[in-house]
Amino acid sequence: MSRFDWLSEFLARLHDENVLVRRGLAKALAPAHVLVIDPEDWAKAAAIAAEFGCRWAALWGDELGAKYILYMVLEYGGDYLALRARIPTENPVTPSVVPHFACADRMERHIHDLLGLTFSGHPDDRRWTRHQAWPAHRFPLRRDFPVEGESPDPTPPDSDYPFRRVLGGGVYEIPVGPVHAGIIEPGHFRFQAVGEEILQLEERLGYVHKGIEKIAQGRDPSALVRLAGRVSGDSTVAHAWAACQAMERAARCQVPRRALYLRALMAERERVANHLGDIGAICNDVGFAFALYQLSRLKEQWLRRNQQLFKHRLMMDAVLPGGVAVNLDAEQIDALRADHRRLRAELHTPFDIIDDHPSLEDRLVTTGRLPADAARRLGVLGYVGKASGQGFDVRRDNPYPPYDSVPVTVPVYAEGDVAARVRVRMEEITITLGIMDKLLDTLPTGEVQGLWPAVTRACEGLGCVEGWRGEILTYVRLDETGRVMRFFPRDPSWLTWPALEQLILGNIVPDFPVCNKSVNGSYSGHDL
Amino acid sequence: MLRILRTTLRTGVITEPVSVVDDELVRLGIKVKQVLDARFGGSLALREVDAGSCNGCELEIHALNNPYYDAERFGVHFVASPRHADALLVTGPVSRHMAAALQRTYQATPAPKLVIAAGTCACDGGEFGVTYASCGAVANVIPVDVSIPGCPPTPLALLKGILAAVNRRS
Repeated sequence: MSRFDWLSEFLARLHDENVLVRRGLAKALAPAHVLVIDPEDWAKAAAIAAEFGCRWAALWGDELGAKYILYMVLEYGGDYLALRARIPTENPVTPSVVPHFACADRMERHIHDLLGLTFSGHPDDRRWTRHQAWPAHRFPLRRDFPVEGESPDPTPPDSDYPFRRVLGGGVYEIPVGPVHAGIIEPGHFRFQAVGEEILQLEERLGYVHKGIEKIAQGRDPSALVRLAGRVSGDSTVAHAWAACQAMERAARCQVPRRALYLRALMAERERVANHLGDIGAICNDVGFAFALYQLSRLKEQWLRRNQQLFKHRLMMDAVLPGGVAVNLDAEQIDALRADHRRLRAELHTPFDIIDDHPSLEDRLVTTGRLPADAARRLGVLGYVGKASGQGFDVRRDNPYPPYDSVPVTVPVYAEGDVAARVRVRMEEITITLGIMDKLLDTLPTGEVQGLWPAVTRACEGLGCVEGWRGEILTYVRLDETGRVMRFFPRDPSWLTWPALEQLILGNIVPDFPVCNKSVNGSYSGHDL
Repeated sequence: MLRILRTTLRTGVITEPVSVVDDELVRLGIKVKQVLDARFGGSLALREVDAGSCNGCELEIHALNNPYYDAERFGVHFVASPRHADALLVTGPVSRHMAAALQRTYQATPAPKLVIAAGTCACDGGEFGVTYASCGAVANVIPVDVSIPGCPPTPLALLKGILAAVNRRS
């Protein structure tokens, strides 16, 4: 099967439905194929894409001159398709695609809150990212909105958000957050329950909105990567890489192959560290502290090696535009190989125990089930998707170097419960250890930092990286002096947060922490 | 069950003796023991508040409880409610959307109370600064006693900062 061999059929269907596709810009976001359409055809094109079987992946808006640009990214057979439309500024209304892609819900509301585009026919007109830091009629991402804000007054709490309530005898409501009982990020959860059973969960996020899209504007590439590395601290390597990839594609920067291998090595190390921590934490949430202490011990050793070889325990600021900030000598490579052998041997027993422990099984099997059809409808990614029959992995399905030469196998399960999500993550650690060995065995020689080319024309690029949570899509637009004009990193959490609302239904309230941990959405990566 | 016990026994106690980690830590540790014993009933109850961080700081605060650092041996432990807390450990630039929640958490903490700002963002706003969405440093929202820089601060730096905070009151 070759790339985009389905596109002619898709274009024929658009043509049949009288959707006019304009020429030009097709390669502007390579490897995605861009189709420019009219705004009035926006929802119709989405309907055709949904029927065609496309996965909905991302949506962002941009203010360009006297118009708005809307981008929607879809994926089919591993190929990315980007639909682009120009929205007039005097009446920025576009038909909503939510009737066709339920997962577009929060991203459309986010764009409305930040850029002021209206999506007509959206089934939910409540604010999402906006709380009370700016008024409903003002839009921070617009050029006329000052980055420092318009009012120095303290921001009141968002206390009148209209949650949906379940009525009936014995139904009660449990508000949780934004400050949670554990050491975790802030967000609000509103449960409707009868006895112990959860009838409905509504998430209210946006508490850690830090204006990342706004403060990205005007930065040079290095400053943008520093910010990208702080979109979600646990995914610092993956987000920094995705931002670099987007800018490198835009500016046509050649990255030395050794640097790409080192980026992959760091991204895989990030995957191992987070999986180790989370598997332990999931087990601990059901009272199995053994796994937490064993795995956090191994994680700590792993982070100390990061500090030693990559100058930072989380490898922050190690990925730079055009290359990486670190290099490895032969002795360090041998040390890493020995680490991999040791970790493999050390994980054998705890993984075996987790896999075959009746009291764990009792708590994790059938808990927090996300059926495959719901996962597909929600466009769920990463280990949440893989545990529910959705095996998409950018490294395998749209391989970016060095994964074009390092094969990736993807574990997929159909069960969709917490146990399956744990199993996917245990297997991913094992697979990743193999990938890292291969990266070290075939590590090219040469430079680790390429030359950043002088940018003399406005350009844009799309980064597609498989972080440990799943696919990260990052859009960057540079102006003719090479400054960042638009940055939108779509963390996979955008798609997994809504899945938590689904998979928790019918579970008992005390199982919420373990269900939440098994999904582990990033609040910061979502709230931006 | 036997396998669990065997693995646990074979792993043994890996918590690092303080002298291996840092001499400064030993000095602070001993002093803090005295301070905590004298004034905090033997232990310091910390309430962690993420007021807008990227979650990097949270990873390192978690590490404080892993078997290598085991902060509880110094009498430092994390509690689920500000009402049980002697001190708040606050991370992040304070997002405007979290400002009220942070103030309420501060008000809910019984006096006398300590506030420790953990991480570069909590100290000065870091990469996010003061904007339409961010209040910047924690000190812009609630009074701060001790600041711990670092992006994120390492578990060791966090521990030193916490120990410094309780020493300050003595």
